[in-house]
Amino acid sequence: MAEHILLRHRDIPNIDRLEVYRQQGGFEAFQKAVASLTPDAVTDIVKASGLRGRGGAGFPTGMKWSFTDRKNWPHYVVCNADESEPGTFKDREILTGNPFQLLEGVAIASYAVGARVAYIYLRGEFWPIARELDKRIAELEAAGLLGDKLFGTEYSLRIYTHLGAGAYICGEETALLESIEGKLGQPRLRPPFPPAVGLFGKPTVINNTETLANVPLILQRGAEWFRSFGTEKSPGVKIFSLSGCVNRPGNYELPLGTTFRELIMGRGGGIAYGHKIKAIMPAGNSSSLIVATDEALNTPMDYESVPKLGAQLGSASVIVIDDSVDIPWLINKTVHFFRHESCGKCTPCREGTYWMSQLTERIAAGHATAEDVALLKAVAGQIKGKCFCALGEFSIEAVLSGMDRFKDDFEAKVSSYE
Amino acid sequence: MMMLKDTYSAEIEATLAKYPPENKRAAVMPLLHLAQRENGYVTKSALYEIADLCGVAVTEVASIMGFYTLYHDQPGGKYRLQVCTDLPCALRGANEFLEQLCANVGVKVGETTADGMITIEAVTCLAGCNKAPMFQVQTGEGLEYYENQTVESAVALINDLVKR
Repeated sequence: MAEHILLRHRDIPNIDRLEVYRQQGGFEAFQKAVASLTPDAVTDIVKASGLRGRGGAGFPTGMKWSFTDRKNWPHYVVCNADESEPGTFKDREILTGNPFQLLEGVAIASYAVGARVAYIYLRGEFWPIARELDKRIAELEAAGLLGDKLFGTEYSLRIYTHLGAGAYICGEETALLESIEGKLGQPRLRPPFPPAVGLFGKPTVINNTETLANVPLILQRGAEWFRSFGTEKSPGVKIFSLSGCVNRPGNYELPLGTTFRELIMGRGGGIAYGHKIKAIMPAGNSSSLIVATDEALNTPMDYESVPKLGAQLGSASVIVIDDSVDIPWLINKTVHFFRHESCGKCTPCREGTYWMSQLTERIAAGHATAEDVALLKAVAGQIKGKCFCALGEFSIEAVLSGMDRFKDDFEAKVSSYE
Repeated sequence: MMMLKDTYSAEIEATLAKYPPENKRAAVMPLLHLAQRENGYVTKSALYEIADLCGVAVTEVASIMGFYTLYHDQPGGKYRLQVCTDLPCALRGANEFLEQLCANVGVKVGETTADGMITIEAVTCLAGCNKAPMFQVQTGEGLEYYENQTVESAVALINDLVKR
């Protein structure tokens, strides 16, 4: 088994302790960057590595850093540890198992964009994790690895944690910024994008936890090393959170481009209780439903290949659906989640998720007519492309793909009632 | 009346210091967490105090409290047992688990036991999908996760909590 790059605590016991992390070369990359590299040189290395955002959008990380407006100061770095997508539990493992690698990643990113303050935004449920991170930040300050005039230079850096309080929408980066500012977690109109106008109105780089955890080793071992994993357009490894109807659910760190079959049937040990696989949701609750054909199972999980199946890789939270699962029941679940989590800012999402939930409830219960099914499709169609942020758009992915690709399940529901 | 700043002045100062002085409002959420830790819910007087500390209107603080689901403006059971029933957990039996647990404890979802100790709630994703059925217990002091649960293990835990 290849050594882990992100989930290194699985190979190296006690790497969550600073002295062990440092024995592994921890914080050498940050020190080298601050003491001997220009911020632009650091950004160039990350650009050359081809690292792309692991939160879901897959935007090139180095390019994002280079967009930071240099005419407006101070700059901020924000680490998105809001991890709230049903099916996603990778950041939680990084934060608890390998926290110093994340903190070093935050520190390097901060140096690269000239930020002297960085915030780690954790979902409120991660309160105990935040408390541990605070202690670790204090350890780093005591060790001279964070704080004022680092490594004999003029560069200073503080990292703070900020807790959310139960709102999925705060994973959307501009809603997250609003939340840090002490406001309702509602997304902002873009442009301007955060690297121009972000936290407290200042240029801000927001990266996902997993993205930042990649950065220390990219600096330590080089962009070429990083590119030796994954595919040309999706380099590196990815943590796939595997859940649902599989024998061995869990986090699996694998190169991007690994097939669904390898993850689900290989690592995940196949489908539980002797059932057969029916569908795959590669991006958690926000996912389209992929019909689990041989062709789909043989598809590489990377940012280019998954869209060919009419879905997105997103945060790579792979929910496996077996043939005992009724698709109308499933979309009722996903829709209820979005109805609960809609921030209420825009009408299509706020009203649309409400109406969809009324309909999916009836359909799932077998109390619907064919008109209800048609109406659900119409409502979803009216949400599509009209929402203020991606959350609203995500709410219809499972609905429309489910109705389109699993017609029989819906027909069975309706006819059994009539 | 008990003021937060009588008990937690150092923590309040440290919280405010995390943010630029002209953006004190950013401390609203951390201070709501602090207030809730004190009483298990946010009292009206804490609401006013936080508004003063952060220089915003009380309605603003109240709207933030209403928006985010982890804040409570009413006292609940001493322990809030919150079961995730989202899709990945439901695929691993979370709905049946919740139903049987409630039947066992003698409450409906969202209700509190007669002794005021335990509230059982259904919540959205807690990032523990691979270890469902799972839940968190919200206590005055914070949060605890319990994973790979059975009705028996959860009932045993409830019996322990009641005795704490």
